[in-house]
Amino acid sequence: MTEFVLTPGMIGFAATILKALFVIGMALQIVPGCIYFERKIAAYVQHRIGPNRVNFTIGTLRYLMPESMRDVIPEGLARVKLIPGSLQPLADAIKLAFKEEVIPEKADKLLYNLGPMLTFIPVGTALCFLPFGATLIVPDANLFGIEIQRTVIEMSVSNVVPGMLMLLAVSSLGVYGIACGGWGSGSKYPLMAAVRAAAQMVSYEVPLGIAFLIALASVGSLDGQEIVRNQAETWHGFGWLVFRQPLAALIFLVAMFAENNRLPFDLPEAEPELVGGYHTEYTGLKFAIFFLGEYCAMILMCGLFTTLFLGGWSLGPIEPVEVFGSTIEPLITAEGGILNVLLSVAVFTVKMLSVLLLQLWIRWTLPRFRYDQLMDLGWKVLTPLALANLAITAILISKFPNFTFFA
Amino acid sequence: MSPAASYSEGSHSEGQPNLDSEGQPHLGQQAFSERSISLEPGLDEQDMVLNFGPQHPACHGTLRLVLTMDGEKARKIEPEIGFLHTGFEKLGESRTWNQYIVVTDRMNYLSAMSNNIGFACAVEELLGIEIPPRAQAIRVLMAEMSRISDHILGIGLQGMDLGAFTAMLWAFIEREKAYDVFELTSGGRLTTSYTRVGGLAFDLPEEVPHRCRKFLDRLEDLLEEIEGMLSHNRIFIDRTKGVGVFTKEQAIAYGWSGPVARASGLDRDLRRDRPYLGYETYDFEVTTQSEGDVYARYKQRLAETREAGKICRQVLDRMPSGPINAIGKVTLPDRDEVYTKMESLIQHFMLEMPGHGVKIPLGEVYHATESPNGELGWYLVSDGSAVPYRVRVRPPSFYHFQSMPEMSQGLLLGDVVANMSSMNVIAGELDR
Repeated sequence: MTEFVLTPGMIGFAATILKALFVIGMALQIVPGCIYFERKIAAYVQHRIGPNRVNFTIGTLRYLMPESMRDVIPEGLARVKLIPGSLQPLADAIKLAFKEEVIPEKADKLLYNLGPMLTFIPVGTALCFLPFGATLIVPDANLFGIEIQRTVIEMSVSNVVPGMLMLLAVSSLGVYGIACGGWGSGSKYPLMAAVRAAAQMVSYEVPLGIAFLIALASVGSLDGQEIVRNQAETWHGFGWLVFRQPLAALIFLVAMFAENNRLPFDLPEAEPELVGGYHTEYTGLKFAIFFLGEYCAMILMCGLFTTLFLGGWSLGPIEPVEVFGSTIEPLITAEGGILNVLLSVAVFTVKMLSVLLLQLWIRWTLPRFRYDQLMDLGWKVLTPLALANLAITAILISKFPNFTFFA
Repeated sequence: MSPAASYSEGSHSEGQPNLDSEGQPHLGQQAFSERSISLEPGLDEQDMVLNFGPQHPACHGTLRLVLTMDGEKARKIEPEIGFLHTGFEKLGESRTWNQYIVVTDRMNYLSAMSNNIGFACAVEELLGIEIPPRAQAIRVLMAEMSRISDHILGIGLQGMDLGAFTAMLWAFIEREKAYDVFELTSGGRLTTSYTRVGGLAFDLPEEVPHRCRKFLDRLEDLLEEIEGMLSHNRIFIDRTKGVGVFTKEQAIAYGWSGPVARASGLDRDLRRDRPYLGYETYDFEVTTQSEGDVYARYKQRLAETREAGKICRQVLDRMPSGPINAIGKVTLPDRDEVYTKMESLIQHFMLEMPGHGVKIPLGEVYHATESPNGELGWYLVSDGSAVPYRVRVRPPSFYHFQSMPEMSQGLLLGDVVANMSSMNVIAGELDR
């Protein structure tokens, strides 16, 4: 009887499917969490309580227990809420799913229906190129008579080499969804919002792209994993580009807010001006998908910022380093077993959520720009600054190839 | 019909002449015909008529603007009023003088106390009676409390319309505490109906001074918090400074009054210039700003809130004791006396029974008070009966709202919204 052999190709194939499920699952999991988080933070900032009604109580655990043991939980304890209000996003989703679909009479049906999809699909695709953890090495093993061959699994759904470039290219397509939705609604407010959104996203794509380029040039690679490794290898593991290229990081952060249509750049959704913005005419699940796409785009951008400027999944050095004569063992290595990978994914998630927190915090603090001020900031401030930063970086890299500050 | 030809006739691109029943061009058409002169032949370009309100998040209440938009620019602005028209003035002709106080609540629903007090003062002037010092002091306290609650909400809404939602909710929380005081005093939070001709409905409960002081202490912190959030915020300053500038001359020409007029440099405050309720005995300053822009209006409201707080403290310090109703035939007698004295019983009967009420001698009066939004005037005509012959209100919002076209012409949509919220137009008193 010939032994069943799992070749690297087979493992890789299975891993890709699992990774894709994981990424989409994570994104869809984080979105409700993110909505809850946002509402709670808004409430905290505004001296309110926020959602606190829909949740499990400790008493809910009784249903998991056998009937005889249910009395173990005393009545007083049973009423204690587990994360008050945490099921509110779920309730909202159910509510949206059961809402009546209203399509405006003057809507362009095709574009109207295409809008939400075109917002979500590019974001979902772009998430595939995000490196979210250290490389997993499956060692040679023989498990229950199945021979497993050594496989290297990169922790991003797709590991094409210019992955970062693909990410940028695909995520830029998101503006089509908003434009289609706004135009297709056949209503004036969404139309104005769509025009605003298109102009804004195209304008801020420029500084965003240049800041991106600065990061890529500093690292010298288009590969996401390589960008993270480079940051972890410089300066004993803390050569994060946010320290090496602070201006580029700032520009990227600002442009990121604009790309995500978040305050102070939420002009396409400015409620006092354009009612509901480009999704004014949407109801039910289509509205939900718009919402989902928007939050996924936020997660994507936060993940991208983490990867490019905050050292991605790394925490400290990834190789043993000698500091003052003593050797420090790395907490997370670039390649390793399953524990190492899980730790790196956790680190990545925490970093990403921190950036997300910053986004939410700023949203509830700042007023909104005016349209011309927004354009001025994009074209007259951020773009020249980014270009200057890129030029200086390029000159330094070409003149001093060994100068570690930039590269 | 080619697009160019259709423009020269001042019609929409469908080629349908858009005229109303009298053959007049419809709203927004004028801009079209002006436009057609410079239009390049064959270029299909048209302004968009945007229906801004009455169902719109920035149209607090039911305001409506018809905007003719050239992209983001509002080329032409036409305010439309009347969506909240309730016939308040006509209602006055079938309500007794005291019953009408309930109607005044509904005019400026953000500061109902001021309206109650304004109307009562006007009727008392027509009657020629003076109310006791305690009633005067309580009225001043309530007027200033309602000024504070109106102004902090106005400031908050100004922030909200520019995207700073948080400042508005902070203000809202404090406003609720002011409303708690109103509730303690009058029994109603929003619609207070507190005054009566010749006095007040109820005496001030004992805990009100304490609650007021607590509110005023917290108010100072709140104003500092809001200032920290908005006054020094670069985006807020950029959005408001130099936007919607209205000069002193324009303000006078449009009949502006109150904080918006003072923000344009018009140094006029009825509390100082034509004192009523003993305002001349209080120590307060009338501040003015010179810029006349949205930021100046915001600053002016902040300054006035502080001054109102100062007046409130003075009232609380010197609160006189004594009766709250003028002695005479216009106010209800003591409940005890009604049961024991014949005259009091008759007086009570004559004031309370249907078809009866306070009889106001033949005459007319115009009396204006400084309400939070500006000069709130009452022109009352009495034919000597228990029911007014005519009630005419001069609401400040009406004069403010009519200046929207001149103030916002050619501005971006965001600025139009900023202008509108800076006026704090209340649809209830605007449409009456």
